[in-house]
Amino acid sequence: MSTLPTLALILLGIAAGGWVLRFAGQKATGNAPTFRDMPFAVAFGYVLGASLVVFSVWYFFQPTITDAGVPNAGVVFFRWAVQFFLLSAVAAYLFRALGRMIGTRGSKKLFRQMPLTASFGLLIVILYALTAIFAAWLAPYGQEAVFAKVNVLPGGNPATGGDPLHPLGTDQIGRDLLSRLIYGAQNTVGIAFITTCLAFFLGGTLGFLAATLQGWLDQILSRAVDVLMAIPSLIFALLLMTIASAWAGSERWLLTVYMILIIAVIDSTRVFRLARAVGLNIVVMDYIEAAKLRGEGLGYLIFKEILPNATAPLLAEFGLRFCFVFLTIASLSFLGVGIQPPLADWGTMVRDSAQFINFAAFSPLTAALPLLAAGAIALLTVGVNFVVDWMLHRSSGLKE
Amino acid sequence: MNSVIRIILQRLALGLLTLFVVSIVIFTAVNLLPGDFAQAILGQGATPDAVEAIRRDLGLDQPPITRYFQWLGAALQGDLGNSFAQANFASFVGADSGVRTTVAQQIAPRFENTMFLAAVTAAIAVPVSLVLGILAALFRNSVFDRATNITTLTSISSPEFFLAYVLILFLAVLNPMLPSLSNIFEGMSFGERLERTLLPALTLTLVVTAHMMRMTRAAIINLLASPYIEMARLKGMSPMRVIVKHALPNALAPIINVIALNLAYLITGVVVVEVVFVYPGIGQLFVDSVKIRDIPVVQACCLIFAAAYILLNLLADILSILSNPRLRHPK
Repeated sequence: MSTLPTLALILLGIAAGGWVLRFAGQKATGNAPTFRDMPFAVAFGYVLGASLVVFSVWYFFQPTITDAGVPNAGVVFFRWAVQFFLLSAVAAYLFRALGRMIGTRGSKKLFRQMPLTASFGLLIVILYALTAIFAAWLAPYGQEAVFAKVNVLPGGNPATGGDPLHPLGTDQIGRDLLSRLIYGAQNTVGIAFITTCLAFFLGGTLGFLAATLQGWLDQILSRAVDVLMAIPSLIFALLLMTIASAWAGSERWLLTVYMILIIAVIDSTRVFRLARAVGLNIVVMDYIEAAKLRGEGLGYLIFKEILPNATAPLLAEFGLRFCFVFLTIASLSFLGVGIQPPLADWGTMVRDSAQFINFAAFSPLTAALPLLAAGAIALLTVGVNFVVDWMLHRSSGLKE
Repeated sequence: MNSVIRIILQRLALGLLTLFVVSIVIFTAVNLLPGDFAQAILGQGATPDAVEAIRRDLGLDQPPITRYFQWLGAALQGDLGNSFAQANFASFVGADSGVRTTVAQQIAPRFENTMFLAAVTAAIAVPVSLVLGILAALFRNSVFDRATNITTLTSISSPEFFLAYVLILFLAVLNPMLPSLSNIFEGMSFGERLERTLLPALTLTLVVTAHMMRMTRAAIINLLASPYIEMARLKGMSPMRVIVKHALPNALAPIINVIALNLAYLITGVVVVEVVFVYPGIGQLFVDSVKIRDIPVVQACCLIFAAAYILLNLLADILSILSNPRLRHPK
């Protein structure tokens, strides 16, 4: 394997380049402070970054088809990645510019302070929500529609085994993959959203209840949550799914319902922790004391006094929790015990099309299929995380 | 020193208690199954006699509490019962041939493989994330810091199978450097085994490095406002020296904590990665058993995962207590 010596040689060259850069800078600028005080590591970093950029640009303009007529798959994938990256950066920039121009004063101010990553995340979340809601109008066919042509390759070109009617091809029993990808947004995201809401309703209510009442109820709930949290969540979910699959029997849709309940209960423990901690800080406030003296009931205390004051941390947690739930459901489906067919779902799609990745050298488009479904999952979680990261940054007031 | 030992003993006792309660939860959950094991083994066409024989054989005719303690006692001695899938059906109906594949026999080699995978991952991930975290703290708010921030956030939030397939695409299919299937068997040389473990290990590294690196960066930056850091800077120390000599030792407690937590994640998070790479570890066995409802194996794997998780969390707790000089040397 000559990869390692080559790599070492390249790194050595970059190190030499860094030294030369610093030396030349010192000579050319007459020992300006920037170059005089520059640590070697920084010079190395500059040269490394510059070489990476140069290499990327060179690689980007390599021909996509070799002389022998075989597609140069590496270049194809690299071009796609770079184009996607640039496109999303431009889209995020335009979206932020748009947000700065229209809307109320508050929203305009929000968009002015927003970093590009957060506006990208917000754009992704909005796009996914729209796709999920209007899936039935966007998708060319129904998610369960079966066509006579099976295993049509993506690309839509009849010469390469495609079909213009099915731009992404069809699967092994003849269902249109583009439609299933679009419906996947509805099913995967929708189910994750329902599960998260359920987890928040359960965990939030119990957490606030524990914080308000305290005493034995708090003790019992907290200890129970401690125990449930001691079992890793994916493992616990898999264990409970085994049992649920025995309960559900041959009723596939029932298993999906059980999965929602199981994941909601497991994740509500994390919400409970947070809600209780936030609630405990709020119940000692004077306005709670005042409300209690006014003779307000428990429901009023929780929903009118505590909840409005706990919205900010709970909202950030909602984003993170949604990501976890979404990833758990995707992982379960990928392992084959999550969302059940005939519902279209991204995790299952990845598993079903995973072996196509081995054809990457001959047909990059076919190999992209599993990555497309997995990437759809990744993109949403990345987007949500970008937004949550920014929200946490804003609310913590961290400047460094 | 006394108080430290007392705290550690308390944590240990608490950990054991948690493990005990968790074993109860797992046992109860499995016993919520409709019908019972006997019916599960034989299916719907079972004759009452056969069901009765298996019930007697497995001790299912005894009350749940007795069964629980029998199961726990056997599990503590390393006997995790017999796998349904590997069970010799003749043995259940009376004609015992004496040869059975026990769950322990099935799990032992796979457990070793999983530990190997976790160890390789930790050996790569811990140094890389520490160095990246220190560098990001050193050059905070620079282009380097922002680029690592975005990259790590992306790799934290991506599902493991996405990272795995991207790695397979680039390192196994387009540039055939590493095998995309981790076909591991006994009697392999260490180098060969390492080569086949490398791709799953790299995937897991991507997942855990991000978290560890971000925590290292945050822990160090948190300390940079302290007076003694200011003092070290005023003495004219170089920024690298300030961080490595003064900030890092004080940031050790949270860093150790997050490393141990990520190792705990490794033990359990291997499930998806093992399935992608067909790595013969305990995670894959677990998923396969879940699919065929092989209850004894599921139960045993679940117990092992939970025990590893609890032990590593306990270790994190104890190490972070030990790394706190104020606790080690009380006034």
